[in-house]
Amino acid sequence: MKNQSLTYREALKIAISEAMRNDERVFLMGEDVGNYGGCYAVSKGLLEEFGADRIIDTPLSESGFVGAGIGAAIGGMRPIIEVMTVNFSLLALDQIVNNAATLRHMSGNQIGVPLVIRMATGAGKQLAAQHSHSLENWYAHVPGIKVLAPATVADARYMLSMALKDPDPVILFEHVMLYNDSAATPKPEDCPDMHQACVRKAGNDISLITYGGSLSKTLHAASELEKQGISAEVVDLRCLRPLDTQTLFKSVDKTHRMIVVDEGWRTGSLASEICALVAEHCFWSLDAPPSRVCSKEVPIPYPQHLERAATPQVAQVVEAALTLLNRDVT
Amino acid sequence: MNIDNSKVHMGIAHMQFLFKQMLRIRRFEEKCAELYTQEKIRGFLHLYIGEEAVAVGVMQALKAEDAVFATYREHGHALARGLSMDKVMAEMFGKVTGSSRGRGGSMHIFDVEKRFYGGNAIVAGALPLAVGLALANKMQKKNDVVVCFFGEGAVAEGEFHESLNLAQLWQLPILFVCENNGYAMGTALAISESERHIFRKAQSYGLKSHAVDGMNVVEVESAATQYCQRIRKGDGPCLLECNTYRFRGHSMFDTQLYRESDEVEAWKRKGPIMKLQRWLEANGKLSSAELKQIEDQVADEINQSIAFAERSEIEDISDLYLGVYGESES
Repeated sequence: MKNQSLTYREALKIAISEAMRNDERVFLMGEDVGNYGGCYAVSKGLLEEFGADRIIDTPLSESGFVGAGIGAAIGGMRPIIEVMTVNFSLLALDQIVNNAATLRHMSGNQIGVPLVIRMATGAGKQLAAQHSHSLENWYAHVPGIKVLAPATVADARYMLSMALKDPDPVILFEHVMLYNDSAATPKPEDCPDMHQACVRKAGNDISLITYGGSLSKTLHAASELEKQGISAEVVDLRCLRPLDTQTLFKSVDKTHRMIVVDEGWRTGSLASEICALVAEHCFWSLDAPPSRVCSKEVPIPYPQHLERAATPQVAQVVEAALTLLNRDVT
Repeated sequence: MNIDNSKVHMGIAHMQFLFKQMLRIRRFEEKCAELYTQEKIRGFLHLYIGEEAVAVGVMQALKAEDAVFATYREHGHALARGLSMDKVMAEMFGKVTGSSRGRGGSMHIFDVEKRFYGGNAIVAGALPLAVGLALANKMQKKNDVVVCFFGEGAVAEGEFHESLNLAQLWQLPILFVCENNGYAMGTALAISESERHIFRKAQSYGLKSHAVDGMNVVEVESAATQYCQRIRKGDGPCLLECNTYRFRGHSMFDTQLYRESDEVEAWKRKGPIMKLQRWLEANGKLSSAELKQIEDQVADEINQSIAFAERSEIEDISDLYLGVYGESES
């Protein structure tokens, strides 16, 4: 019998509808999530199943409806808020950073904000400089929120229910290039606890640390390296705040070399933070300086060749690994 | 003082109660100003002196299940809502017995038991939260009212407009209370708003709205009560504009270069406490013995709160991380 497959998009939709069936406190709110079916078609069909009281189309008021999601979470609901892209989420940054992230601590642990915010992120669809950025690190900088980057169909399928059980605001970043990815229908055990990083490919010579939309490129780079006799280990961070440093350090202590592949801009990036952590904690086991493959420091341009040139690609990861291993770059 | 209590029944005992509530706030804050100069209270301290009739009047319309969101000028709201003065004073002192364990200070007083949700120091930042809590109430088929206080300065923020639109669009059980004291810090309404009648802005979104004399506690209570009755019936959100004045500076650092002392003096002659006191006295409802008794009771409560704050402990540094994140649901 043929194994059924599932796309990342479908996995997210199943996760949302399952959560809504299991818990009447859960609802979905955002721009075009209802009648339009979601700007990346994640919520297509959910309006018909759950009705307009639970699949709520909002006006273009990011601050207003994200803030309303925070208020509804305080009021005992379990909202899932969809923001079209991370770029638009900047209009709600005040609510996320000043309210969602602070309320519990600032109130002396009286108020929790059990809220999930989903948003699309990343480049690759030629959407130019206001729809393509990777700002996961902005949110990962802020204590009080958790940041997830599901990079596989299994994570898309099962991370949401974990995020909804969390007592605090969780932001889920969905890379735009992943929505059409497909895989054999995953099982719950394919998705470990949301706080854990995963070794996606074991290896001994070098650790390639990545997350989100860069995972598939990094795995591709690892198989290229394999052809040259280099055994690369690929670690998918999955949770960008709090970071699973145990898995990270364990990998680096084993391979003694590390490259971080991160679609964010290099300056002040998550990659920077990971390099700093590794330098602080794994210094004596390193055989080479920690290294980064990040986006170029430009707004993401529209034409395909420039967009590719601006963002991490397989060849650059391979080249960075060979350089770190003192191999000739072919 | 022209008192029209025809619309709500208001006995003399209740009028005396209103007087005492306003006096508690006034004397409490006068003491806070002293304690600030003694460096017992630090950070920002925004006094409500002159505006007491608004919080006291509106709170009379509320039930225990109703929720309150306020601004950084919220000592009066907290006291009028029934938070213990001990906890509020201890919060100002930064003590662990404070309403927010001392983490918030003057600007972030929270008490979930009293359904008092702060204490928000981002202008207009609480409006979306209040909308969200009202949305949760509606989804849970509760007709409890959410009251959101804000100054007229908040009206220039996008969140004001987003929130009013959402509240009216979704017909939420929420009362917006605009405390129009004429100045956003030092910027007069006349030089910041094209439409200076705030209630008209609310009417443009379809909310039931009008302005009252915010120096007249009876008028405020009467209007708030009628609006809350309407909101509880499910007739949609309302906005009450209360025209008022702060007698002191914006905060303790304010040298008040932006207004004339004549203007301040003219408003002081309309002071809400003095006016009600004169009315009660003129009608033989407040003898000098009764006045002294009230003043003594208020002074005792304040002295007790200071003693409580003084003898309370500061939070142990080992608790620094408490409440950054909560405990997961099982």
